[in-house]
Amino acid sequence: VVDREAVAELVRNIKKQALEERDMLINALHQIQDRFGNYIPVEAAKVVAEELNVPESKVYEVLTFYTMFSTKPRGKYIIRVCVNLPCHVTGGRQIVETLKETLGIDFDQTTKDGLFTLERTSCLGLCGVAPVIMVNDEYYGDLTPKKVKEIIENLRARGDAR
Amino acid sequence: VPLTTSTILICAGGACISSGETSVKETLQREIKKYGLDEVVRIVETGCMGACSLGPIMVIYPEGVFYQKLTPQAAVKIVQEHLLKGRIVQEHLYRMPTGEVIPEAMDKLPFFAKQVKIATRNVGYIDPGNIEEYIARDGYFALTKALREMTPDQVVEEIKRSGLRGRGGAGFPTGLKWELTRKAKGDRKYVVCNADEGDPGAFMDRSVLEGDPHTVLEAMAIAGYAVGAQQGYIYVRAEYPLAIERLQIAIAQAKEYGFLGQNILGSDFSFDIEIRIGAGAFVCGEETALIASIEGRRGQPRVKPPYPAQSGVWGCPTVINNVETLACVPPIIIKGADWFRSIGTPTSPGTKVFALAGKITNTGLVEVPMGITLRELLYEIGGGSSTGKKIKAVQTGGPSGGCIPAEYFDTPVDYESLQKLGAIMGSGGMIVMDEDDCMVDVAKFFLEFTVDESCGKCTPCREGTRQMLKILEKITSGEGTEEDLEELERLGNIIKDTSLCGLGQTAPNPVLSTLKYYRHEYEAHVKEKRCPALRCKALVRYVIDSSKCVGCTACARVCPVNAISGELRKVHSIDNDVCIRCGSCIEVCRFGAISKVSP
Repeated sequence: VVDREAVAELVRNIKKQALEERDMLINALHQIQDRFGNYIPVEAAKVVAEELNVPESKVYEVLTFYTMFSTKPRGKYIIRVCVNLPCHVTGGRQIVETLKETLGIDFDQTTKDGLFTLERTSCLGLCGVAPVIMVNDEYYGDLTPKKVKEIIENLRARGDAR
Repeated sequence: VPLTTSTILICAGGACISSGETSVKETLQREIKKYGLDEVVRIVETGCMGACSLGPIMVIYPEGVFYQKLTPQAAVKIVQEHLLKGRIVQEHLYRMPTGEVIPEAMDKLPFFAKQVKIATRNVGYIDPGNIEEYIARDGYFALTKALREMTPDQVVEEIKRSGLRGRGGAGFPTGLKWELTRKAKGDRKYVVCNADEGDPGAFMDRSVLEGDPHTVLEAMAIAGYAVGAQQGYIYVRAEYPLAIERLQIAIAQAKEYGFLGQNILGSDFSFDIEIRIGAGAFVCGEETALIASIEGRRGQPRVKPPYPAQSGVWGCPTVINNVETLACVPPIIIKGADWFRSIGTPTSPGTKVFALAGKITNTGLVEVPMGITLRELLYEIGGGSSTGKKIKAVQTGGPSGGCIPAEYFDTPVDYESLQKLGAIMGSGGMIVMDEDDCMVDVAKFFLEFTVDESCGKCTPCREGTRQMLKILEKITSGEGTEEDLEELERLGNIIKDTSLCGLGQTAPNPVLSTLKYYRHEYEAHVKEKRCPALRCKALVRYVIDSSKCVGCTACARVCPVNAISGELRKVHSIDNDVCIRCGSCIEVCRFGAISKVSP
């Protein structure tokens, strides 16, 4: 259930920093997504539209254009795998395979326990320690299939404890 | 107050953090306190020092001793030995391939010593969270000079004369952009910093934002003064949370010190900066798409003209510069255009920051004068191949760029020379590939990227790149024909000519440049159904050498699809119809009996 008033409050706060009516739309969507844990409920998007005085269709348009936003609930940990050339030539392909195998999901899917979502990302700018993944806000570099399995195990241990 | 006897600069760039910088720093803090050294030893977390492959790294001053590949255990030892007893800890010093150790690596290692730092002059030397450290290194002096001693026209003129060109890719003269925006009519104007660094393999902007955020703010204020703007936006990608955090801190400090806000330094110039965050769209690096995104819309490019200088954010004249470009501005204002022109080449003055990535020994960031040869950059500074195999090519300019084969490595690196080779400078990413990399696979890889990132607005880019990708998939799966190669070229040229924005216009470059230099590899794929680099799975078979196999069964046990059969102590064999080419068997075989062949 979406607490409409809480979302409205959040948007009103963000709006104070706006220079023009709409220039905080993306920032607002980021904050709402964080609040709901990795996704934006349609109901919340409607509140954004009302508060920022933007048609709902426009909010939806933005929401679906940017890859970081999701209208569906995602896992507690979003694993973003860099699928760019520097990671590819240093063993990224095995990293992707190991992740899919260990988690038992493909890109843009969430594990049944709701812990992990696997996504592709554009370059994370950590090519010096490629191949790289980002789990929520944390980076992991110099990966090997073995390291990846360890990271997943550690997160599982952490995740179950919630 | 006790005097500081030692200062530890520890690299807190993204790469070092990912390799364990935080626990090293915490151990240092704990041990230093334990021995009562916390009043005389200062720890400073700096931005990226550039040597990502050696991380976590730190330098202890005044001696200037450079420690690499640190661990919490190493931190304990360094406190006990180096700080308490003045004895250098040998195991974590830089070691040359000859075995010689170099304690003062920052001064003596070719990787560091050959660099000339302008844009990254403070990165790795100061605490990015402390404005006073920036001021101590001439920070905000350029802004002061511009406001007190120069008219806006003189500032524009100085930047024009310096020959500074945009470091984000296209190399457009920065001074000219400023002049056009200055001359454009409008009472509201904007300065936008493009910090949506997205080119695969480029991370110099990230290092400047994280390691020296004030230089971006200062340069934006100077640009604002020059073009007559009062408001700036920094558009940062959401993948860089640390950069966003450090920018927020820096903006607050600059306001507190009066370098941003109303009547800066007592003048009648007022300027403010706001941060806007992206949400994962590569195309937003294109300036008109970026503007759309700032305005809270889908990041889709539009037709130019009008250029942002006439009609940018909210329809107002806007100057958009990338991070590295802006970072060059304060030194130019302080030292003058002639000084800047004395570095680099006549058409590409100054320096460029390059990101070395892929199969190169010294991965990381280096800033060097323009005109340096690729050979110097990749071998002397980069340390050559990291795999022991020959470097085959370097890819520059990301998905808009091209592959440069090893025989052209004596080419000087400047905008024109790279363009002549069918590549581009781009934002300075250099991805090194060796003989194990298949050029068709690389081209396909970039196309996958473009197809994914195409915003969908114009047909040539949206549909054309998809068709090119299909053809490449056909070729790498062994179904390609010779006509496909011609079709690739034809399609590539059409997309180049007819796409709306830079993304589409340059998307075919990785294919066209590899077709130009590595046509023989494409031909091997289509004519002989062979992948010379043994990379394309469909064209590769795994075989067991019967003279080397001892029948240990290790490969058969590791094979996830049971494609390997054979009895204990007897030669094994692989059923290639079942094999998924995962390579696990090669990894576990201790006798080197398994290899890939094509066809």
